[in-house]
Amino acid sequence: MFLINCPFCGEREQSEFKAGGEAHIVRPKQPTELSDDEWAEYLFMRKNIKGVQFERWNHVHGCRKWFNMVRDTSNDQIKAVYKMGEKPPIK
Amino acid sequence: MSINLRFKTSKFIDETYRVSFKFNNKTYFGFKGDTLASALLANGIHLVGRSFKYHRPRGIMTSGSEEPNAIIQLHDNSSRTEPNVRATEVEIYEGLVASSQNCWPSVNFDVGGINNLLSPILPAGFYYKTFMWPASFWEKYEYFIRKSAGLGKSPKVTDPDLYEHNYIHCDVLVIGAGISGIMAAKIAAKNGFKTLLVDEKSYLGGSSIYDNSEFSKINNQLTSSWLEKEINEISKLENLEIKVRTSVAAFHGYNFLLARENLTDHLPINQRENKVRQRLLKIRAKKVITATGSIERPLIFDNNDRPGILLSSAIKKYIDLYGVACGENNVLFTNNDTAYETAMSLIQRGIKINAIIDNREQVDSKISYEVEKNNIKIYKGYSVVDTYGYRRINKISIMKLSKDGQTVIGDKTKLNCDCLGVSGGWTPAVHLFTQSGGKLRFREEDQVFIPDVYPSDQISIGSCNGDFSLEEIVKNTLFSLKKFFNIDNSEYKTIEIISGLNQSKRNIWLLPSDKSIGKTKSFVDYQNDATSKDIKLALREGFRSIEHVKRYTTTGMGTDQGKLGNMHALGIISETAGTKMGEHGTTTFRPPYTPLTFGTIVGRNVGEFFDIFRRTPIHDWHVANNAEFENVGQWKRAWYYPKDNENMHQAVQRESKAARDSAGILDASTLGKIDIQGTDASEFLNRVYTNAWSKLAVGKCRYGLMLNEDGMVYDDGVTTRLGENHYIMTTTTGGAANVLGKLEDYLQTEWPELDVYLSSVTDHYATISVCGPNSKKIVSKVIPDLDFSDENFPHMSFKNAKIGNIKCRIMRISFTGEQSYEINIQANFGKSVWEKCMEAGKDFNITPYGTETMHLLRAEKGFIIVGQDTDATLTPIDLQMDWIVSKKKYDFIGKRSLYRSDTIREDRKQLVGLLTENPEEVLEEGAQIVSDVKKSPIEMLGHVTSSYYSPNLKKSIALGVVKSGKNMLGQKLIIPMENKNINVTVADPVFLDKEGKRLNAKL
Repeated sequence: MFLINCPFCGEREQSEFKAGGEAHIVRPKQPTELSDDEWAEYLFMRKNIKGVQFERWNHVHGCRKWFNMVRDTSNDQIKAVYKMGEKPPIK
Repeated sequence: MSINLRFKTSKFIDETYRVSFKFNNKTYFGFKGDTLASALLANGIHLVGRSFKYHRPRGIMTSGSEEPNAIIQLHDNSSRTEPNVRATEVEIYEGLVASSQNCWPSVNFDVGGINNLLSPILPAGFYYKTFMWPASFWEKYEYFIRKSAGLGKSPKVTDPDLYEHNYIHCDVLVIGAGISGIMAAKIAAKNGFKTLLVDEKSYLGGSSIYDNSEFSKINNQLTSSWLEKEINEISKLENLEIKVRTSVAAFHGYNFLLARENLTDHLPINQRENKVRQRLLKIRAKKVITATGSIERPLIFDNNDRPGILLSSAIKKYIDLYGVACGENNVLFTNNDTAYETAMSLIQRGIKINAIIDNREQVDSKISYEVEKNNIKIYKGYSVVDTYGYRRINKISIMKLSKDGQTVIGDKTKLNCDCLGVSGGWTPAVHLFTQSGGKLRFREEDQVFIPDVYPSDQISIGSCNGDFSLEEIVKNTLFSLKKFFNIDNSEYKTIEIISGLNQSKRNIWLLPSDKSIGKTKSFVDYQNDATSKDIKLALREGFRSIEHVKRYTTTGMGTDQGKLGNMHALGIISETAGTKMGEHGTTTFRPPYTPLTFGTIVGRNVGEFFDIFRRTPIHDWHVANNAEFENVGQWKRAWYYPKDNENMHQAVQRESKAARDSAGILDASTLGKIDIQGTDASEFLNRVYTNAWSKLAVGKCRYGLMLNEDGMVYDDGVTTRLGENHYIMTTTTGGAANVLGKLEDYLQTEWPELDVYLSSVTDHYATISVCGPNSKKIVSKVIPDLDFSDENFPHMSFKNAKIGNIKCRIMRISFTGEQSYEINIQANFGKSVWEKCMEAGKDFNITPYGTETMHLLRAEKGFIIVGQDTDATLTPIDLQMDWIVSKKKYDFIGKRSLYRSDTIREDRKQLVGLLTENPEEVLEEGAQIVSDVKKSPIEMLGHVTSSYYSPNLKKSIALGVVKSGKNMLGQKLIIPMENKNINVTVADPVFLDKEGKRLNAKL
């Protein structure tokens, strides 16, 4: 079970959090202008890689804030956490 | 018992305290401090069980948690019965009752033993191969296979014991209180770390605590004496907590561990009253030190499983710790020096050793010379090739090994013995380390896997790290700990070790035999009866991966998880396949390390505490008025209120009729309520609902439908505009938390520019819905100051009001199609207002109704229930709710998906009404809908989602989803049931009052 450093609350047990999938997928500003393929790209396509992955997490049983996490999915090492809207601190 | 197997030399056994216990219905005696295994051995009993597949007689093999054979049933036929308990771990107490498993009628004569004779036709994969054909027969085979398989019996009545869960946070957790664990705990605690030391045994010190050998000394003291002083010292340290009988079950990432603390299992049953039996410890440690030691390896030769064959280290422990001799005429069989330590322990007490068989040609260590000096014959370069004796070993035969160790040569010699100790070297107990995600490295020199890459702040020390000699253990432990804690000074100034052991070993995974392999039974996994022959067969049949071989042969899949034999399985695979062991890797070590009881896992979450449940403020009234309850999410909702022995159907019919004829009252407090405020609240609702919200006037209510981004219906409910920048949204009961989460998500991540704040207020209000033609009269009596006229208070509007001094909100909204008023009031006044409504409605036959009637009433109106009529595959268009989807709005969640190629298909499943040919026939919810029963295969067009008998329409009504259903109005379809086909007609889903006249009807 992870120990997650919520950017707002500090270190908390994983059981307080909920994972929210891949990060940095921006909802298109004008969905109606998109073709089916382009919309499907936004809607369905996720990388799900083995290795360093950028993810969204929600401190659902805490401050209710969403934030981003960089996690190596091969060994579950959390490399960084950062607030929504911020640039990832590592590439 | 004529023979004396008990030696009065052990300080761990209290000989003044005699304990009686029963084993297989016979009474025996042991002493306080004994395990069931040591007490049985002291009584000369080796045979304790039968093996899983061949029902071969099996005896006690080890002295610890790695035991594969001596697994027994405790307290059979009682509420405290427990199967598959290791006799080597059970501490005896007065009144203990144990029995053998997997045998009938008895362990001495077991009918299943026939399987041993049939073994040539019971190879690995026998069940897979034989019973898979014909496939349809599996169900018949299964009954017999299940009956003859399986080990212990599960309890049949409720567990009377208490269990609990505890959280522990510490700086340092030390797992294992052997010599290196004790040293680690002392250094950690003395350096200011809050430390927890745990050990699965009842005593501290591991195997060193009974090491009284002259051949391994610390600072010129016996290891045991030196260690005793250390234990004495650490037990006084303030920031060190010590827990014995505590077994770490799992080591997860980020140093999160689960351990089971055993509190009462060693006590007589009558002393367990009101005590917690076991605790599941949830430990989060900043640093973890694994000092779990190592497990002695058996040797793999023909018939290596007879009762009386034990690990050499176990024989040593039984004599040194418990004062029990495992046999009167012993033979030791080894490939390394540790068996000579056992020999010395036996020699010291004058117990006969007939011979030592050593694989090695060269044996030269101080300890071996000492053993030889005692006139004990050592057969160097020999191997055991067979053993004899059915219920107990009585003889072995040995032969000389060839130079390469691949064959046996020369003549066979037979030796008598009643106990054979085997030692194949040691396997580091790396289970917990690998569970934590650690990577192992294979050390070629002595053929062991040892920790290599640590995934968290942890180290392994002692023999679980591959240090087997006392010098190495002490030296490397101190070195590692200094580095780990980043300290210059260990607590140990000078430590001098004397050791007479030599580290040489001759490793042969599968010892050669004079017979062909097909004729041998060399057990690799004792508990699952997997032999070396089975492993070779698996390889011949093409299995290569260790994980596949494991599953095919079931090696390592017993309750002991192959703690003894897994390494041999790997070794035999690599030797046979000609590959390197390091490249194979090991099979996955899964938690728990030793089995946990269900009680421990569940803790206090039993009975009414099994799950959280939520009660509305009016709950007590429902209970007092005979309501049956339904679980909706975590809520207990009143389902129906049976009167005078009514069944559910009768109650629901009565409630439904009353609500339409006069008045009904429903506790709707469970509906999710989200308070929405902010200058952009209207814009926000525009984006999350499919319909338009900007023009909703203050004081008005509107029904809204929420989609997922994929266009599928997610939730629905009525939202009311309380003020310019203030709304209250209602959601479905089950969806409340998820809707709030979803709204927060969009607000925080996609639209942070919006000025909107969300709060869940579900629990803050009680919601009472009064409906029916007389509802207006009733609420007017409850709130006389409010003008309820249709002009002042029309449908879909809201008023602030007061009941007495208490503010409340009244919404005139309807889920039943009748005039209805929802009173929202501070939760703690809910029950009194409900009672006021009941009182006011007395003259109008106000009838409390539950969720079932609510469902029926809304179905008459064709109102959907999200989650019952929808299942995340239906768009609003599929639901024939086009009217609620705004064409004008530029965007809302899910809009773009409503015209994807898939969502615009005409033949999607669509919501329709269904009427049965026979109006009395009520369909089953979930029943399939077809058009042609003769076509093969029958094409499924859809299914029934809601179905009721409507007392108001006096006929059966149903909703369902049907492919292209929208265009099928009036068409006949068929609902095929088990013994009949029901004819139905596709109808409009609104069955009653399509024009909505009843909402404003004047009485």
